[in-house]
Amino acid sequence: MVTDFDAAPDIAGVRSSLTQVKDTTGTKVFRALNTVFLTLLTLVTIYPFVNLVAKSFSSEGAIAAAKVNLWPVGFNTTTFTAVISDSMFWINYKNTVVYTVVGTLIAMAITTTFAYAISRPNLRGRGFFVGLAVFTMFFGGGLIPNYILVTQWLGMRNTIWAMVLPGALSVFNLLVMKSFFENFPAELEEAAAIDGLSSYGIFFKIVVPLSKAVMATMTLFYAVGLWNSWFGAFLYLDDKTKFPVMMYLRNLIAAATGSQDVTGSATDAVQIGANIQSVTMLLTVLPIICVYPFVQKYFVSGVMLGSVKG
Amino acid sequence: MAQQNEAVGLVTAEAGSVSSRAAGGAGFDHRQEQRLRNKHTWRHALRRDWRIYTFMVVPVIFLLVFRYAPMFGNIIAFRRFRPGGSPIGESWVGLHYFEMFIHNAQFWSVFWNTVILGGLWLIIGFPLPIILALLLNEVRSRKFKRTVQTLTYLPHFLSIVIVAGIVFQLTAVNGSINQLLGFFGIDAIPFMQDPAYFRAIYIVSEAWQTVGWGTILYLAALTTIDEQLYEAARIDGANRWKQTWHITLPGIRPTIMVLLILNIGSFMAVGFEKVLLLQNPLIYSTGDVITTYLFRVGVQSGQYSYATAIGLFEAVIGLVLVLSANFTSRRLVGSSLW
Repeated sequence: MVTDFDAAPDIAGVRSSLTQVKDTTGTKVFRALNTVFLTLLTLVTIYPFVNLVAKSFSSEGAIAAAKVNLWPVGFNTTTFTAVISDSMFWINYKNTVVYTVVGTLIAMAITTTFAYAISRPNLRGRGFFVGLAVFTMFFGGGLIPNYILVTQWLGMRNTIWAMVLPGALSVFNLLVMKSFFENFPAELEEAAAIDGLSSYGIFFKIVVPLSKAVMATMTLFYAVGLWNSWFGAFLYLDDKTKFPVMMYLRNLIAAATGSQDVTGSATDAVQIGANIQSVTMLLTVLPIICVYPFVQKYFVSGVMLGSVKG
Repeated sequence: MAQQNEAVGLVTAEAGSVSSRAAGGAGFDHRQEQRLRNKHTWRHALRRDWRIYTFMVVPVIFLLVFRYAPMFGNIIAFRRFRPGGSPIGESWVGLHYFEMFIHNAQFWSVFWNTVILGGLWLIIGFPLPIILALLLNEVRSRKFKRTVQTLTYLPHFLSIVIVAGIVFQLTAVNGSINQLLGFFGIDAIPFMQDPAYFRAIYIVSEAWQTVGWGTILYLAALTTIDEQLYEAARIDGANRWKQTWHITLPGIRPTIMVLLILNIGSFMAVGFEKVLLLQNPLIYSTGDVITTYLFRVGVQSGQYSYATAIGLFEAVIGLVLVLSANFTSRRLVGSSLW
């Protein structure tokens, strides 16, 4: 559009006169209101984060008195020191890092190889294997059979495998990668085959190195999912030293809100909880917020790729 | 193939009695040939592509163990199950567990809670990203648009645990919402202890987390609409609203329908993890849904077969919903998942 205007000013003139005719006061009012609305929406969206940061630097007393809003009141950093010096927090934080790295590696290995195989147009039985994966999107075993599978059949309770294996394949990610590989230029693979590379060679030496962008996207999807997950730990882990940090946070929040339920009123313990909760939440969400601005475009492109094939 | 048909046709024309035998014979030969060809090509395919098939060994084993085995594990909904005993149960009990929950008033309470929560989300939550995408599409300044997008996508990447924590803080007696109410002279409300507020809290927090990210597919679909359509409409005197109604919305209809079908399919599985984190016994009357109920009776109270029966019931409803939504959409508007 922009190039049109630049290259042919006379046409642009005609065009803008056509469109500008309709730029009535109504349109102007709409634009202004739209900008105001979107600005407000954005402010409402980020308000909870601002409030979280404010609360984590505030004193318990100020939070209890409902004074904390956008800015810390009764500035304090002692809670940070307290949380950071809790060894269990770091043990669980380290567990989260391990689960995320191992889980992402396993998930990427399964997803990439499977997606490549089912993207081969002439592969016999291709439709069957695609169907095998897609059906699981719409029908599943349910909570209890999964629980029995992991704890009883496989005996994975209190092991890392219960954290990294059950979610190791997202069919959505699989379909995104499949459609990416399908659009991969066939000439490259043909040339490699003529040069004597086997399917393994083509996959590892040609396809993988040229798919860095889509692989980065999928890696991020899996990593964020694993970083954020807590329910698997809730189901399959009893051993506190194996908890991921989200489970640590969940128990902290459950303890604080649980006491609120019992007493039915705001006690001091709850207020201390609110401050500690904020600090812990901030520390667990920090890696995501720090990385997010740089990788956002990969996430978006991943979803877009998925929309190609639906 | 054509030759064969021709031959059969010729025979039929000549004499009825001969034709049936001949046709049958031809058909048999054809089928046998087909089978041979199949066998040959499978062998051929394996010889040619065995390396590609080795790529699928681990993923297929994964699917069979972690996806299909639990599906088969649903069999304990029809069998008596003893924890620590056989993973597929001890003896057949027929529909005993299904009758049990169908005659249980508490089941129906959580069932209707699920339907109401899922329905509210579908009516309120589903259109929100469409509206936001349309509004973003009208923005002229790229910088402003990108800023709004970046900031509204962010909540999507937060753990549900963090979202629940934020909800607890904002709705606390001394939290921001009550501060705002206090500003207008309204007494503090203990939101999380009153069943009347649970649904609103769920919907609003869900919208907060998903609305921005939900626009991506619609924004992508909007870029594919031909600009000339708008110009033609403007020349014909269509105002902004008419352009939206007659060009924009039909242009993104396939995307809307696909997402609607998917949403209808997951209708019964309402944000289970979030409900589990947010609920407490004081608000079960609105805040308890099928999945949280079956989690409690199954994992926590150990009634595995009973909970599995409920889970299977829910999964079958989900499957039926997605299939019928897909069928209806294909018939009515011609867009579908498959």
